[in-house]
Amino acid sequence: MSDLLRLATAGSVDDGKSTLVGRLLYDTKSVLADTLDAVHRASADRGLATPDLSLLVDGLRSEREQGITIDVAYRYFATPKRSFVLADTPGHVQYTRNTVTGASTAQLAVLLVDARKGVIEQTRRHAAVLALLGVPRLVLAVNKIDLVDYDEVTFSRIAKEFTAHATALGYTEDAVVEIPVSALAGDNVVDKSANTPWYDGPTLLEHLENVPVEPDPHDAPFRFPVQYVIRPRTAEHLDYRGYAGLVAAGTIKPGDEIVVLPSGRRSTVTKIDTADGELTEAAAGQSVTLLLADDIDISRGDLISVAGNEPKVTDELDATLCWLAEKPLRPGARVLVKHGTRTVQAMVTELRDRFDEQKLSSVDSPSSLELNEIGRVALRLAEPVPLDDYSFSRRTGSFLVIDASDGSTLAAGLVGAPLPLLEDGLESCTGGSAATPDAHALVSPGP
Amino acid sequence: MTVTKTLDTLGRLESEAIHIFREVAGEFDRPVILFSGGKDSTLLLHLAIKAFYPAPVPFPLLHVDTGHNFDEVIEFRDRVVAQHGLRLEVAKVQDWIDDGRLEERPDGTRNPLQTVPLLDSITAHKFDAVFGGGRRDEERARAKERIFSLRTAFGQWDPKRQRPELWNLYNGRHRAGEHVRVFPLSNWTELDVWNYIEREGIELPDIYYSHEREVFLRDGMWLAEGPWGTAREGETLLRKTVRYRTVGDGSCTGAVESDAADIHAVIAEVAASRLTERGATRADDRLSEAAMEDRKREGYF
Repeated sequence: MSDLLRLATAGSVDDGKSTLVGRLLYDTKSVLADTLDAVHRASADRGLATPDLSLLVDGLRSEREQGITIDVAYRYFATPKRSFVLADTPGHVQYTRNTVTGASTAQLAVLLVDARKGVIEQTRRHAAVLALLGVPRLVLAVNKIDLVDYDEVTFSRIAKEFTAHATALGYTEDAVVEIPVSALAGDNVVDKSANTPWYDGPTLLEHLENVPVEPDPHDAPFRFPVQYVIRPRTAEHLDYRGYAGLVAAGTIKPGDEIVVLPSGRRSTVTKIDTADGELTEAAAGQSVTLLLADDIDISRGDLISVAGNEPKVTDELDATLCWLAEKPLRPGARVLVKHGTRTVQAMVTELRDRFDEQKLSSVDSPSSLELNEIGRVALRLAEPVPLDDYSFSRRTGSFLVIDASDGSTLAAGLVGAPLPLLEDGLESCTGGSAATPDAHALVSPGP
Repeated sequence: MTVTKTLDTLGRLESEAIHIFREVAGEFDRPVILFSGGKDSTLLLHLAIKAFYPAPVPFPLLHVDTGHNFDEVIEFRDRVVAQHGLRLEVAKVQDWIDDGRLEERPDGTRNPLQTVPLLDSITAHKFDAVFGGGRRDEERARAKERIFSLRTAFGQWDPKRQRPELWNLYNGRHRAGEHVRVFPLSNWTELDVWNYIEREGIELPDIYYSHEREVFLRDGMWLAEGPWGTAREGETLLRKTVRYRTVGDGSCTGAVESDAADIHAVIAEVAASRLTERGATRADDRLSEAAMEDRKREGYF
């Protein structure tokens, strides 16, 4: 079992997400004495009787002034079973781009709802974004369960509604778990609550400690974006020419035949080098240096692939964009696309449709894509690039859209990635059975 | 399915850091590594060496020297630089004070004075990527820091202008005069750092391990005497067995009482510790609830 779990949290304003994260840190004893003292002092300054655990995580002054979280914050905690990297993403509607950021590397996401309100629009929106980004597992934390008197019926209704929504997005039922919690009182966060005798599932932390984490798929075909060419030119390593990178997918061994893309030149791996010595095999996630049998022209931006199972090399693609910039996207826009280690000029030739994540339906040929909107586009690239589908790999199927003039990141791009659409929209399926399972929602975990 | 040994936590953190170093080498013209001889910058250098092996590290090092140093650390710094054949630039705060660009503070602390020499050096050398050893677990404002953190021509950090960081795709584009601070250790915790130092057998300056030293108590911290001053009236110099958890300006870096004389003892101590390393030993972070956020906006790391 993996000893590291990357997770993201998402929820609406006032659902108590900061308090929940604070509670996880507090109850796993990840909060050190001086930090806790500061929280006690600040809580007392505000006239609060008990420490406000959300102060553990609300970092920036502007956030404390507004009482909301405005940016992704990363938290670290560990139990004897696992280490956790938690991307705490803000729930405020104009900051949904942060959910995309947190989800891009998460192996599991915890969504929060207020037990008094149940599944609301934003819950649906967040779940759809998590499905689109390929987060393999979801937890719905039904928070403030104390405020509905620990009522089983209320919880069951919310759980059923959420499961229906998640399966409509393509999740299997065992990939989704609902847990009744009170972040404020601590019910079922770390310790099992005596107030919910009707609940026999795990506490949130128990679930996080034990949930299976899909390993990087070693049986996937090998992909290796070249980051840097290592040429020492020292007396000891006069002819050394190594291609440095991080294995994006699959495995490689000395003797394996490879093809360099986009040039299409073939060679054989002679050596997998690291500072700790040569390896007999390298797998997804490892940073290594490859040496090849032939002296061929390879530079940063090229992709080394296993021969015989290569990505398509193309200068035209369909993609899904999560638009993250204030400036809207319009058809004909000229942008930069950063894919792997290569950045190329590109033009958005068509806005095909915009995703309505509330109804899980689409709007055809929109005139623009605005901040926080998700849509499908056609792109033309200035040069051919080797592309995998996002459903094949989060690493080689993803790209950034960058503003060529000011360098800002405009969008998260997913190659292919059909939107999780339902034939008749959401209204007809909240009852339960009209779901169309969509395999793309369950792809390999990211880096 | 081929069963391959999966990377453990330290293996994943190392691989991520190496990937970041190589991205910067591939995309920037003039990167530099901030190197003080402290534990985080020593770890940073160790990872840089691994990233480019068997070639030399393709970046110079920069030390912003407050002048309030521990001799052991400077000796260590120079020895490491020589051993790996690296190029070290030193920006001395004293030079900036001597020619009037900076003024000594009434409290004698020079940590806040590092910002101007750092920014001046970045401008003078046209550095476009600056590696630092910052970790997100250190402090709340740092928890929101990006791995690639864009800084204006004035070195300033604007939380609202930071780019979303998606997958492991880093966007390092910047305008002329701007630069990017890069934090390869973002996802490491203090305990990860020590566990890795043990696993890799990385040498550190002796002051990280317990030793006897004359110290005095101020604001709840054990400070050593040095060029920055000594005990004031009402403060008593005592001989204590101490070690340092962080190394910075001697005037505001406190020692902790500790018998941890080797790496194993330090790891046991860190694992059991109830204080963050900054809270325990850095007076400059205690000034206000938003102290770190304010200093970051000004261009400090």
